[in-house]
Amino acid sequence: MEFKDYYKVMGVPRDATEAQIKQAYRKLARKYHPDVSKEKDAEARFKEVGEAYEVLKSPEKRAAYDQLGQGHPSGQEFRPPPDWGAGFEFSGAGAGARDSDYSEFFESLFGGRGRAGSQDGRGAFHGGRAHDGRGEDHHAKVLLDLDATLRGGARQLSLRVPEIDADGRLVTKERVLNVQVPKGILAGQHIRLAGQGARPMGEGTPGDLFIEVEFQPHSLYRVDGRDLYLELPVAPWEAALGAAVKTPTPTGTVDLKIPAGSHAGSKLRLKGRGIPASPPGDFYVALQIALPPANDDKAKAAYTAMAAALPFNPRATLGV
Amino acid sequence: MSTPTNQPLSGAIFEESDLLTVAELSRICAVDERHIVELVDEGVISIVEIGTTEWRFSGTALRRTRLALRLERDLELNLAGVALALDLMEEVERLRRALQERS
Repeated sequence: MEFKDYYKVMGVPRDATEAQIKQAYRKLARKYHPDVSKEKDAEARFKEVGEAYEVLKSPEKRAAYDQLGQGHPSGQEFRPPPDWGAGFEFSGAGAGARDSDYSEFFESLFGGRGRAGSQDGRGAFHGGRAHDGRGEDHHAKVLLDLDATLRGGARQLSLRVPEIDADGRLVTKERVLNVQVPKGILAGQHIRLAGQGARPMGEGTPGDLFIEVEFQPHSLYRVDGRDLYLELPVAPWEAALGAAVKTPTPTGTVDLKIPAGSHAGSKLRLKGRGIPASPPGDFYVALQIALPPANDDKAKAAYTAMAAALPFNPRATLGV
Repeated sequence: MSTPTNQPLSGAIFEESDLLTVAELSRICAVDERHIVELVDEGVISIVEIGTTEWRFSGTALRRTRLALRLERDLELNLAGVALALDLMEEVERLRRALQERS
């Protein structure tokens, strides 16, 4: 296990005041919050910052950590000493409120996230408690391939779910479920799996599992709500004269009719050929004009002939 | 809590189910009903008018409510701040889509 330098994570000096630590946390939390941030490793960084703040904001934990940290550079192999924690009282071990799980380093020092349902002053947010004898509902988020919603079908989903271990502590476990993805589900929507949430303490029925769906980027189609977009390259003569061109769609290749006089950016709509939700989305094709290369005499001659035949000024709108 | 993986579990699309009551939304989000009321009062989430005095939410309120609760907790924002952040996030999302369409 590596020693974690929480001061370094927060970017504050070791003698930082509580106010400085709070400021640093707020700034970093805004920067790396997974719902807001577009940084690549936002989620991992956010967890790290949350963990560091959890320790440094609490005078008891910080004092214990400081005592321990003397002579332990970040990243060095670390084992807590046997007398660790003696003389320090960690009120309500763990934050209780965060979804994130803590590192092995943190847990070896301060234990898990505390007992399920422990109140941390803002306990309203974390209902570990069971209402009306039902277990708590669980939430997870998955990244699916677009095909899953286009065709429906079973997918192996790997979820990180909070569970209560034998000591009554809340830990995050990996859970693999084989789930039938409902055809037509949209990004941001949830699959509700009845009875797959937490078991209640004592008698009662288990809660439900809510799986929020997002899609991996697709190689051809861009998703916008229930609609799909495809950029379709066409030759200049296909756009100018009209043509029927082979076009991939989610339901197979079609011969798409390009109207004469189309131009770059022209949009064609195939109604109801988007995500098969209710109501189904549409499939939009945006035309791109691809120019054939002028890389041999024949092609050059064709361009020259076109230049001679067409009185065309593409910059007419620029006034030149 | 392991589940046999040969028989796929199936579930419905939550957003297509019936409208939610305050109690249901509060239960699913594991938050006090009072807090749901505060979120409505601040305009963070909105109710669906069904012509009765009892409040109902559409399924899409789930994602927004959970997002709001995460922002409130993790960034230590007040509800006005949460409402502003959500509006701005939606605006950014809208602009991003418009930008993609133009490129």
